[in-house]
Amino acid sequence: MRNALVIAGKELQGYFVQPVAYVVLTVFLLLGGWFFFALLRQFDEMVQLVQMMGQAQQLQQMNLNSRVIEPLLHDLSIVLVIVMPALTMRVFAEEKRSGTYELLLTAPVRTGEIVAGKFIASACFTLIMIGLAWIFPIILMVFGNPEVGVMFAGYLGLALLATTFVAVGLFTSSLTQNQIIAAISSFGLLILLFVISWPAEAGGGAVWSLLKYLSLPEHFSTLVRGVVDTSDIVFFLSMILVALFLTQRSVESARWR
Amino acid sequence: MIEVKNLTKAYGSFVAVKDISFKAEEGQILGFLGPNGAGKTTTMRIITGYMPATAGTVLVNGLDIFNSSLEARRLIGYLPENPPLYTDMRVDGYLRFVAKLRGVKRAAVDAAVEHVLRVCGLDEMAHRICGQLSKGYRQRVGLAQALIHDPQVLVLDEPTIGLDPRQIHEIRELIRGLAGKRTIVLSTHILPEVSQICDKVVIINDGRVVLEEQIAQLPAGTSLEDVFLNAIAKEGHLPGASAEETLEEVGAGHAN
Repeated sequence: MRNALVIAGKELQGYFVQPVAYVVLTVFLLLGGWFFFALLRQFDEMVQLVQMMGQAQQLQQMNLNSRVIEPLLHDLSIVLVIVMPALTMRVFAEEKRSGTYELLLTAPVRTGEIVAGKFIASACFTLIMIGLAWIFPIILMVFGNPEVGVMFAGYLGLALLATTFVAVGLFTSSLTQNQIIAAISSFGLLILLFVISWPAEAGGGAVWSLLKYLSLPEHFSTLVRGVVDTSDIVFFLSMILVALFLTQRSVESARWR
Repeated sequence: MIEVKNLTKAYGSFVAVKDISFKAEEGQILGFLGPNGAGKTTTMRIITGYMPATAGTVLVNGLDIFNSSLEARRLIGYLPENPPLYTDMRVDGYLRFVAKLRGVKRAAVDAAVEHVLRVCGLDEMAHRICGQLSKGYRQRVGLAQALIHDPQVLVLDEPTIGLDPRQIHEIRELIRGLAGKRTIVLSTHILPEVSQICDKVVIINDGRVVLEEQIAQLPAGTSLEDVFLNAIAKEGHLPGASAEETLEEVGAGHAN
């Protein structure tokens, strides 16, 4: 465990001296800000419209959570699909290219510890990023009164989703020494996990329900609606574990080639 | 002590190392020679546990590098062919990281870093970024990280490459001073280096050992260069002929 933390500490420091991490952070927050602004504008127009029509009852139903935060979180999840592969692509690929992989693999450290260390660091950076995106709910809380619990559930969903992306990104990075290949394949996998239930929308049967179960938005949107269901959390945690297990196998098998 | 026993390594159908065996005793500096592509780096990578052998084994102070990998790796300091530097880290930060990774106790890390900075002549470079160092300094940082945990066994892949003559001299002195109770294996292309600092020489060619001899017992009057060229030229008439058989066994094993 100490070894994992040593590696995590070094990796996390690495994120703060690298331009890629800052670019990812900036793109994520700027786009988030833009979506937030757009959603607020729409909300504002809607409120004015309803007020003009003098429908007090409908005005009561106008809800910051469902009209701003929910769509914002869905937008942010798409931004994450695009930027997370860029954040994780170098994690293993870079080490292989620069020769530092030889240092890691000849040190008295288990491959599991290497993978854990790298995962902890990338997950920490991602959670910091998502923590900073709390700026949007905080603005809403200052000027309005959204339901805080629902926002917490939504952000928990976003954090779990992003951490899953990290694990998938580590896996593809461990397969290659080319960062572009790592990024594109993790991008492809994430998109696939987003749309995997599309052919299953109509049909029933075991295979279709499995596809539906594997679909990330299926579980994410439940949390975003404010419903914290253990089964969704278990789903994300098992996705993370499976991806990390595959990463460990892939690092271990690299020795044999 | 390093014991290499009947080591064979195949990359797909290409066999880089064919049934080689040699031994470096405690306190000995072993010079590992051979033309480019002879299998030196492959052998060193197997000794340090970076990759497993296809057949055969390596014992480091009696520990099998494959079966007791973690314990054996703990004993080894390794300078790979290219110094494994993180280009965006500072030299002292990097060495501190390697020290912790190599299991140096938390309280002893600073002292260990200071010590290797001094012996490798890196005091003034401690706060520089690794990626901005010249080739010679990178090599020294590479050597520093190999020494950081005061290992009993040192494996150095061309330690003096890229250094200027004065640095070469310093590093040789350093390596010779390190010997004592340690076992050192170093590969090089510079033949005088071997006669100057090594106790024993192993020459490999085309993946086979063609000569294993104490430096002191080399025929008097002949230069190491002659010995080297002779050994390489005679390749095929010397031990290692059984490699083919071993390979066949390995191949059969895979087929099953």
